[in-house]
Amino acid sequence: MIQAKGIVKSFGENHVLKGIDVDFIQGQTNLIIGRSGSGKTVFLKTILGLFEPDQGTIHYGDEVLGEMTKARRKTLRQEIGMVFQGGALFDSMTVAENIRFPLEMFAAMTEQEKDERVKFVMDRVRLEGAADKFPSEISGGMQKRVAIGRAISMNPKYLFCDEPNSGLDPETAIVIDQLIQELTHEFNMTTIVNTHDMNSVLEIGDHVVFMKEGHKVWEGTNSEVLGSTNADVEDYVFKSKLFKQVRQAFRK
Amino acid sequence: MITNFFEGMGAYVLLMTKVFRSPDRWKLFMRSLVHEIRILGLDSISIVVILSVFMGAVVTIQTAFQLSDDPLIPTYYIAMATRESITLEFSPTVVSLILAGKVGSNIASSLGTMRVSEQIDALEIMGVNSASFLILPKVVALVLFNPILIIMSLFLGLWGGAMAGDLLGLVPFEESIMGYRLEYIVFENAIYGLIKATVFAFIIGSVSAYSGYSVKGGAVEVGIASTNAVVRSCLAIILANYLLTDLILTS
Repeated sequence: MIQAKGIVKSFGENHVLKGIDVDFIQGQTNLIIGRSGSGKTVFLKTILGLFEPDQGTIHYGDEVLGEMTKARRKTLRQEIGMVFQGGALFDSMTVAENIRFPLEMFAAMTEQEKDERVKFVMDRVRLEGAADKFPSEISGGMQKRVAIGRAISMNPKYLFCDEPNSGLDPETAIVIDQLIQELTHEFNMTTIVNTHDMNSVLEIGDHVVFMKEGHKVWEGTNSEVLGSTNADVEDYVFKSKLFKQVRQAFRK
Repeated sequence: MITNFFEGMGAYVLLMTKVFRSPDRWKLFMRSLVHEIRILGLDSISIVVILSVFMGAVVTIQTAFQLSDDPLIPTYYIAMATRESITLEFSPTVVSLILAGKVGSNIASSLGTMRVSEQIDALEIMGVNSASFLILPKVVALVLFNPILIIMSLFLGLWGGAMAGDLLGLVPFEESIMGYRLEYIVFENAIYGLIKATVFAFIIGSVSAYSGYSVKGGAVEVGIASTNAVVRSCLAIILANYLLTDLILTS
């Protein structure tokens, strides 16, 4: 489990996070949603330790991130998998080399064990036959799957995804969502997904946190989102005609 | 502007303290080093060959133009003056300035692109020292290979000068060889040039890497960083050239 307690973060006069408390649950897909500029990305980077909070603490299990030694922080990094919005694949490496990279850097494995792990991960994220292709030679959906494969290659305890569906068609987006949820449940990871895709919220939101102007204004499950009477959530979620109709059908 | 300069210098020094750390995995470092030697060194050979041959030829013609009016000056002195110009200044400095353009922009744009496409962030989140992992092989490759390029440039420049002198009837080939060997002092000529080549290689690698690694923004900023890398490297080389010349030749 990851806990954020009283997180405050400002950049000069710009107060981005204004005291956020959230428990991200192990074995569940935790979604952070909110409008652009609501502080989602800063919150995610603060949890990852890329930004130091001005106030408050981040807890990984029983340990406080800010109190960890440099060596412990380095090992913690190896327990974290991250899927970036644009994939952030190493474009000079093939698909298999991208997935193998964390193993080469950190895993105490024989070459054969690394080969087996890469094959397992590639099968798991359905990338058979793409091992020798470069990121520029594969589709956006495949790039996201490579990014997920690289993120889980070290069998992480924590998985972070920043807008994993951006730039994907709806069908591929659902495939990526389902893959993230399957892997989360299968490997019992604490997964945190930063998104503003409502399909993702309804599809995989085991635990949804809604942020507005640096505050957490609501949290619940994906089914509770549809029944929520919180004015901010209603204003954000049911903006489109489609979701208004979904809510009406849900309430009936 | 002065504040920016000192802030930049401070950031550069801090980056270098991160770069010069023992690699996490020597096997990956050696693989990167070989790759960088190919990209930054071997791929520069053609431009160094062309530049050096014609530079030697031009220096010989210019020197002959200045000295050939005086019948008391032996023609092999033209070759000797050419040798001094090429070994002391033209090969180490001019070739390094040209490489700063070719290699410097390559380093800055590749690192800048990795920065804006979040590849560097991905390395950091994995727990990799991205500065050392990405920059150290480039700097080491340049420091190892630039002296080899400069030695090659020295020979090709002298050969180009001798050929041009012979073809244009300014200095017979044999007299060029005689002039090149006249009062030759190994330290003052070759070693001095190689010291410069090594220092300039470090400047090209580290300054360009700093420009690329510290990019913030998108494609436009990568382009600006690439230009900055060339300008900063060239300025630093010219300044270092003055300091080294003063330090080595006058001490």
